[in-house]
Amino acid sequence: MDLFAKLINDISRLWANYKLAYLGGMWSTLKLAVIATVIGVVIGLACGIVNTIPCGKNDPMPKRILLGVVRFLVRAYVEIFRGTPMVLQAVFIYYGLPYFSNNTMRFDNIWTAAILIVSINTGAYMAESVRGGIISVDPGQTEGAKAIGMTHFQTMIHVILPQAFRNIIPQIGNNFIINIKDTSVMFIIGFTEFFAFHRYITGVNNMYFPSAAIEMVGYLTMTVIASMLLRLLEKILDGSDNYELVNEDQLVMAAGTYTHPDRGTPFDEHHKPSRDEVIQDVKLRKQQREARWARARNESTRGDR
Amino acid sequence: MADTILEIRHLSKSFGSHEVLRDIDFTVSKGDVTAIIGASGSGKSTLLRCVNLLETPTSGEILFHGKDVTGRGVNAPEYRSHVGMVFQSFNLFNNMSVLKNCMVGQMKVLKKSKAEARETALRYLQQVGMAPYINAKPRQLSGGQKQRVAIARALAMGPEVLLFDEPTSALDPEMVGEVLAVMQDLASQGMTMLVVTHEMAFARDVSTQVVYMNQGVICEQGPPTEVLGNPQKQETRDFLARFRKN
Ligand SMILES: Nc1ncnc2c1ncn2[C@@H]1O[C@H](COP(=O)(O)OP(=O)(O)OP(=O)(O)O)[C@@H](O)[C@H]1O
Ligand SMILES: [Mg+2]
Repeated sequence: MDLFAKLINDISRLWANYKLAYLGGMWSTLKLAVIATVIGVVIGLACGIVNTIPCGKNDPMPKRILLGVVRFLVRAYVEIFRGTPMVLQAVFIYYGLPYFSNNTMRFDNIWTAAILIVSINTGAYMAESVRGGIISVDPGQTEGAKAIGMTHFQTMIHVILPQAFRNIIPQIGNNFIINIKDTSVMFIIGFTEFFAFHRYITGVNNMYFPSAAIEMVGYLTMTVIASMLLRLLEKILDGSDNYELVNEDQLVMAAGTYTHPDRGTPFDEHHKPSRDEVIQDVKLRKQQREARWARARNESTRGDR
Repeated sequence: MADTILEIRHLSKSFGSHEVLRDIDFTVSKGDVTAIIGASGSGKSTLLRCVNLLETPTSGEILFHGKDVTGRGVNAPEYRSHVGMVFQSFNLFNNMSVLKNCMVGQMKVLKKSKAEARETALRYLQQVGMAPYINAKPRQLSGGQKQRVAIARALAMGPEVLLFDEPTSALDPEMVGEVLAVMQDLASQGMTMLVVTHEMAFARDVSTQVVYMNQGVICEQGPPTEVLGNPQKQETRDFLARFRKN
């Protein structure tokens, strides 16, 4: 019991002294995670789209070659950034840029470097998720869109991607939560996020355990809130489980002053033909067509003789 | 003939070495209701999908108002916007409301204004009796309702010919009637339709032309009274006899 009392005492002392540092660190962590996740998702969408462009034997050669090259690059990008530790990528890119440009180029702003590294890392993971999300949309949706004359691009934008996006929200959420935690490795290039402050503060006072406790609670708070917000987003995108029936009078009013070009024709909803009328009409038209058929047949048989 | 809309000439289609359609020939004139019947696997769906260029024919021609649409330089989406298609599995856009389903093509493909698209969509939804459901999502509708919305969506594009691939086969028996009634209604308004169906009553009473397919070829075609009432080929007779038994 004494130990708990001591811990609480230590934590409150730490908090009192370094509240601003901890909160500032959390803020940086959140900002970096949000921005990098958003950019990463955009990169992932772009890669996923490139990977699902249909391309067959009938397409022109230049298109096939271009697509082949781009797909190879995407593949390489995904493998490299999924297959190496982010902490190493951070070092590699942060120090690689000045090294290769003979110090003419460097990251002046640590934020630029951190956002770049975390984004391309997230993008590599999202590329495969997006591809899976697109493939998992029922092919009937594409056919339905094609059948009303939509181009591949229109089909993607209006029909497939909205559904694919909905399908991959859990993965986006996963990546976001991973980013909240894993941005902690960015201390390696001197980016001061939440965990970096733990290192500074304990470096001064050696209160490792109390500070770690604060960090644990801090990270958990951020990730739990993130999960809840993502659930909410899913709910919003799914829309209401119910729908309102609209009565027809309202629709006629909503249709405004538009005058129906079809008034008086069978399309005119003010004149609802009775079933008998419809059947009568069907029969009449059928007779006319059959007469035409008979005539056509007579003509063709005459032609044969 | 001036009012010929579609002319299928020597159409063949193979998947690899499997020849699914062989030398298909037929003509669709304005106002025709063509029923395509035949056993499962005889290539009916493939034929319809070729007509809509969802499949690329291996050889042969499809003339739309006299112009071949199977060539390389053809703008397939543009052509498809004149040829509506209704699928067995509805294929309504799951991410849109009923109303949006019927508007999106008009706005994006035909570049109509939102107000105009809404107006047209409502008109056709009213025609198929689905206007009260404009705010519903497809997953909230019954099969028959979905299919009626799908028909309205196709009609809203103002197509010259409508293709139906077994529009009632995925429906519970009590919902078949409501969809057939809509189709009958369309036929009576002079809509040109090409209907793959197992509904012999529909073929007999509504269609003006019946095409019987067997193993990838057209075995017999003509007015329903002839093909269904007085079939000339033994295969047709067998098929119809099998059907009556079921
Ligand atoms: N994409 C495809 N690849 C390979 N074979 C296919 C493909 N689509 C259809 N087939 C084959 O083509 C043949 C005809 O199929 P199709 O779907 O056109 O028949 P159907 O007459 O519509 O049958 P059903 O009444 O069962 O719908 C079948 O043997 C089928 O296996
Ligand atoms: Mg079929």
